[in-house]
Amino acid sequence: MQKMRINIYKELRHFSLEVALRIEEGEFIAIRGRSGSGKTTLLRVIAGLEEARGVIEIGNRRWLEDRKALPPQKREVGFVFQEYALFPNMSVLQNLLYVKKDLGFALHLLKLVDLLEHKNSFPHQLSGGQQQRAALARAYMRRPKVMLLDEPLSSLDPATRGYLQTKIKELHQAFGTITLMVSHDVAEIYRLSSRVVEIEQGKVVQEYGAKEIGKRHQLHKAEVVEIDEKSIVVAFMGDIFRLPRKGSHKVGDIVEVEIKELQLV
Amino acid sequence: MRCRCKPFIEAVIAMPLVLPPSVLGFYLLVALAPDSPVGKLIKELFGVELVFSFPGLVVASILYSMPFMVQPLQRGFEATPKNIIEASFLAGKGWLQTLIFVILPNMKGSLLNALIITFAHTIGEFGVVLIVGGSIPEKTKVASIAIYEYVEMLDFTSAHIYSAIMVAMSFLVLLVVYAKNAHKHL
Repeated sequence: MQKMRINIYKELRHFSLEVALRIEEGEFIAIRGRSGSGKTTLLRVIAGLEEARGVIEIGNRRWLEDRKALPPQKREVGFVFQEYALFPNMSVLQNLLYVKKDLGFALHLLKLVDLLEHKNSFPHQLSGGQQQRAALARAYMRRPKVMLLDEPLSSLDPATRGYLQTKIKELHQAFGTITLMVSHDVAEIYRLSSRVVEIEQGKVVQEYGAKEIGKRHQLHKAEVVEIDEKSIVVAFMGDIFRLPRKGSHKVGDIVEVEIKELQLV
Repeated sequence: MRCRCKPFIEAVIAMPLVLPPSVLGFYLLVALAPDSPVGKLIKELFGVELVFSFPGLVVASILYSMPFMVQPLQRGFEATPKNIIEASFLAGKGWLQTLIFVILPNMKGSLLNALIITFAHTIGEFGVVLIVGGSIPEKTKVASIAIYEYVEMLDFTSAHIYSAIMVAMSFLVLLVVYAKNAHKHL
């Protein structure tokens, strides 16, 4: 079990990514921010998939020192992509064994994510949730020191998402791996993480305990379904609400709303 | 590949697509001649003469058919999702292992397409093999040249037989490619 220190700098197209973080042993950190704020780039820099300057240190091992970077192959990270990224030419079990020829451990992981009976299936034969569970198990095959989850559940339906959250939590408890997860989902962040790091334009703007997220998070996403002169009608949490119109919208737009301004239609 | 020389390499490889085969054949003949530096070097290293010989035909055909092989492979490679390549790196694998176990198996279709089309294109070649090979019977005379010579001698029966074989073969090859692609898009 080791602590982690990140202090990186990278020029992006419109701003620079400057992030300093200290992460305790086994911590589960949620990274939030608007799209394009640099969250995914941060994970990719930690994984060694993109260059940056600065320091990334885990225990007494340095993955990045100024510009001297260890390649992803030597970093002992697990990475779960939003789109699963399983190898299409390999079965679920082969996907795991490709990482490390350890059949016992592979079967143990597949059991943890309830995929033993699908071990010989190919990715295209699995549902999205099953593919993501396989990707999760594969990411643990190297017994990584750091697990990076890049919006792993965003393309799944709510029921599957809840189940996957349980699996992520169980794996995190079983291995105690430092985990950084990019997520927009308040419920997911509350359930899984211990600390939230908010990023805007490449900089950390807030850090707080995950249990505070309900207080911090005032805005919710809703879909515009009707517009008139003074108000807009939105669909939110399975109901239809009216609220004052503030800007120009069109039907189908996703807008951020505050619960207190919603009036049930 | 972000190399600045990429357009240059691509242009050189695609040249045989637009160049008259006789031009390519002529330059190859000059370059590979026994008294040329390249010809001498090859003779010294491998003990073969490439002009008017079967090995020469093979070399000339490889160069001539290069774009038919390279372009589908390049398209297949570019179509491989970036994240599965990265997933392989994150699994601790280097470029070579990633290429062999992840990239190539996932572009089997492009590979097969490239092989079939290149094969078909090579057996039908005329200009380059005539100039570099010289159409020596039993040695460098190929079907397409034989047809030309039979027509010149007014031996239409033989020309018909050879031509029919070539038509059948080309049709079959294309049929295989299109049938396979249609199957893929279903």
